[in-house]
Amino acid sequence: MASQVSVQDVRHVAGLARLGLTDERAAELTRDLNTILEHMEVLSRVDTEGVAEAAGVGAAGMRLREDTRAPIPLEEPPSAFAPEMRHGFLLVPRLATHEDAQEPSE
Amino acid sequence: MNPLVSAAAITGDLRAGTRSLKDVIAGALARAREADEKEQLNIFLHRADSQARERARALEADPGARESAPLFGVPIAVKDNLAVAGLPLTCGSRILKGYVSPYTATAIERLAAAGAILVGKTNMDEFAMGSSTEYSAFGRTRNPLAPALVPGGSSGGSAAAVAAGVVPIALGSETGGSVRQPAAFCGIVGVKPTYGRVSRHGLVAFASSLDQIGVFGTNVADAALATRVIAGRDDRDATSADVAVPDYASAGEASLRGVVIGRPKEYFPAELDPKIAALCDRALANLRALGAEVREVSLSHTALAIPVYYIVAPAEASSNLARFDGVRYGLRAAGDGLRGLYEATRSQGFGPEVTRRIMLGTYVLSAGYYDAYYRKAMQVRTLIADDFRAVFADGVHALFTPTTPTTAFAPGSRSDPYEMYLSDIFTCTANLAGVPAISLPIGRVDSLPVGGQFMTPHFDEQRMFHLAAALERALGTEAHA
Amino acid sequence: MTWEMVVGLEVHVQLKTRTKAFCGCSSSFGDPPNTNVCPVCLALPGALPVLNEQAVDLAVRTALALGCTVHETSIFARKNYFYPDLPKGYQISQYDKPLATGGSLQIGVHENGQAVKVGVTRVHMEEDAGKSLHDRYAGATAIDLNRAGVPLIEIVSEPDMRSSLEAGAYLRTLKQILEYMDVSDVSMEEGSLRVDANVSARTRGATTLGQKTEVKNMNSFSGVERALEVEFARQCAVLDAGGVIAQQTMLWDGAAGQVRPARAKEGSHDYRYFPDPDLPPLVIERKRIARAREQLPELPAQRRARFADTYRLGGYDLDVLTSSPALAEYFEGVARQHGDPKAAANWVMGEVLAALKATGQAIGHFSVRSADLAALLNLVRDDVISHTAAKQIFATMVKSGDPPADIAKREGLLKVSDDTALRGWLEEVLAEHPKEAERFAAGERKLQGVLIGAVMKKSKGSADPRRLAQLLAERLGT
Repeated sequence: MASQVSVQDVRHVAGLARLGLTDERAAELTRDLNTILEHMEVLSRVDTEGVAEAAGVGAAGMRLREDTRAPIPLEEPPSAFAPEMRHGFLLVPRLATHEDAQEPSE
Repeated sequence: MNPLVSAAAITGDLRAGTRSLKDVIAGALARAREADEKEQLNIFLHRADSQARERARALEADPGARESAPLFGVPIAVKDNLAVAGLPLTCGSRILKGYVSPYTATAIERLAAAGAILVGKTNMDEFAMGSSTEYSAFGRTRNPLAPALVPGGSSGGSAAAVAAGVVPIALGSETGGSVRQPAAFCGIVGVKPTYGRVSRHGLVAFASSLDQIGVFGTNVADAALATRVIAGRDDRDATSADVAVPDYASAGEASLRGVVIGRPKEYFPAELDPKIAALCDRALANLRALGAEVREVSLSHTALAIPVYYIVAPAEASSNLARFDGVRYGLRAAGDGLRGLYEATRSQGFGPEVTRRIMLGTYVLSAGYYDAYYRKAMQVRTLIADDFRAVFADGVHALFTPTTPTTAFAPGSRSDPYEMYLSDIFTCTANLAGVPAISLPIGRVDSLPVGGQFMTPHFDEQRMFHLAAALERALGTEAHA
Repeated sequence: MTWEMVVGLEVHVQLKTRTKAFCGCSSSFGDPPNTNVCPVCLALPGALPVLNEQAVDLAVRTALALGCTVHETSIFARKNYFYPDLPKGYQISQYDKPLATGGSLQIGVHENGQAVKVGVTRVHMEEDAGKSLHDRYAGATAIDLNRAGVPLIEIVSEPDMRSSLEAGAYLRTLKQILEYMDVSDVSMEEGSLRVDANVSARTRGATTLGQKTEVKNMNSFSGVERALEVEFARQCAVLDAGGVIAQQTMLWDGAAGQVRPARAKEGSHDYRYFPDPDLPPLVIERKRIARAREQLPELPAQRRARFADTYRLGGYDLDVLTSSPALAEYFEGVARQHGDPKAAANWVMGEVLAALKATGQAIGHFSVRSADLAALLNLVRDDVISHTAAKQIFATMVKSGDPPADIAKREGLLKVSDDTALRGWLEEVLAEHPKEAERFAAGERKLQGVLIGAVMKKSKGSADPRRLAQLLAERLGT
């Protein structure tokens, strides 16, 4: 650990999380993240050799659902809450290919 | 006993015919309006006056409900991260402004089936991220007992609704203490059930492995009753447990002979406010007087709980909050292409604390950091849970601790984010371990309420309510003095 | 330098369930957009996933059929990325603890008699995304979430294939097994089976792997084969020129017969996988796995062996008849109900396959039921209709789906051995062909065929030719 978070790191992470940041906000968040992560350093000194990661607290194995048609009813159709729809489709600004939305901004 | 009116008293009056359902609801709605409009407490994000009146009329005409519904005619409030069909669901965030849920949370359905009447949805820290209800996009909530101070958070609106006498029972949600801490700050009872005890279906997720719907009440019996109503397996939540729910009301004898209560030394550090420590000692003395054995115990990984919590919770949150993207519902802000739409929507829609936690969570999950942060935190989480297992396996029936390290604080006084995070220091362990916990008033410091906390083994809410009720009875009016 | 192709395949298969993987919405196709949706698959605030038991059963069945070890505990993880047809902002998938690992698939036999096998690295469960239509509206991408959340399994092979032919054989073998297991519609055209290929080149005989590229966007098995050839040739050219292969995703353009690099570079993704906290570990008890293994449907190789044993058919017939479980079941139905497997095989491989091709029907929904075809063959065997009439009746059965006896009666195609009727037709024919009759009577025997043929024509094939020959001999005194 112990690595310092740089403004570039913050920009990269903001890109992954699709958060637009002003330079000022990016600088603030760089400071915040470094302060917070400093407090996390204590974990690196804990011996966790052979310790399992916590999984499914308080529940032993997953209960399954029968394959019967029983959707949770919607009291209003998607058109009641969607920002933009046409002919039943949800609309977003046009993408040329599957990859377009993936491209990192930096 | 708390001077505020209890749910049991309301149901009793309605059954006896000494009050009408119409009056009860009109009274709650009037008090809600007064609290927000006159006293400026900013408790409610939406008041559901017409729905409440309509529901009261329907219930009035249902003789079966009057006879047997356990919460017949009881006005309730719920935190605005619980879905109710036909009502707005904002989570205290701009990104959901104007969104109306088309379906209802299981816990709300169960309360309604038990005869409760929803009067409104309460203010909260945005997406439950906060400990003061300052971080709401719709203004901060004031503490009804001391309006200059915060009510705690993130379920501060629901705590204030009960403390201000609007409703006797309210729902909040817990991720690291968001019910118990505001209950302590507002001088009421707050319950976090065992993880898996109450269905999360319809609770907007913050950190799925920690989240649990919790209950506020003016007294332990009411809180136990409401918990029983909402508890139990639900096919719509894969993490809801198939464990029988006992009738908590038959909580048992007054004597605590044979009960072993652990006093974990990590929750009573040297720097703990001596006045809070003294109130805890008084509570423990009362428990001893009832026949309980109090034993010094250790939960040695307690100090690691905050770092673990602030890795696990933001990591899960960063993923849970990805669905707020402006595509299907909620805010959509214009930007350059789809990428611009995402970034504009999310940066305009989320407030600073939510942004900070999404950033932190994304960072600890990202390539190269996962092992050092997330995996490590999940391993240490196991150690924290093992501490509880070990102490309970060792013959201890329950743990007693202070709920919070301080009383209610002033808004803006926790400007360093990590300092704010420390508000959860005594509460987030129960979430990490998944065990049930309750906070109840144990006295006041400088006229501000102090909460004491019981924690018991998984699914042993019965014992927790029994002990809390016994302490409540023993303390009597001292709990509020 | 001679280069060797190395191929590994990732196959996504849509499971045949009534409802989606994590909610009770219908998984059916072709409904109006965004109508098979609910709070869960729309990712509304507060909605939670609950796993479909049938999806688990189908995934386990597939994994067992591929010889994999099904793990008692597997974990669902979140694969985080933003895309408008991915409502939650993450896909629920399995990552470092998949459902099953370590299987293999025999895709053929070497000249030396040794089996050609391809390793199956893993089989894991995941959910599908919605559908994005980029060309429907100007300036907008249209999203339909009906498919979002439909259950998939991903089957990942080892890089064990050495040619596009082997890749094709792997895919055809895999498809056949999936059909026999009845776990999917396995249609590449309809998107219920999707293939991504990892391909690299290395010097023949080398033991290390070259840098691979991923090839996507193929929509048929032959498209996969062609894309592999084209991409391999591209890689060879780069290597021959002393260049290095870049790690990237290539998109196959079937119309142009070309591959082109996808715009986003591999590695710019950071999916931030972590265990999905909404879904506790999937625990499948050993007993349940054992039961699934016992109840595994017959595999293609098993059925082929059984058919060889029971019906004594030749290798080619066996290949054709067991190529799909529906065809095999159809054949078996005809053979059992009729009794003569050879006749059943001839009819199924001849008339039935031709009719399917001509009408575009699928064998599973063929208008002629196996019982009716067996009844038709029984009529031939019992001399009730002629072979010629049988073909004519079959054609009508394909159109109408009526039982063969009804058609035979209605259209007068039952063999007529009633002498009065036969004599009537015979007299007419002799009157129409007096010269031929004379020559036949004079001993020109070969004219019998002409005369009887004329009667058959008159009777629309229903006359019994053997009886007719006797009557003709009697009549002309030969």
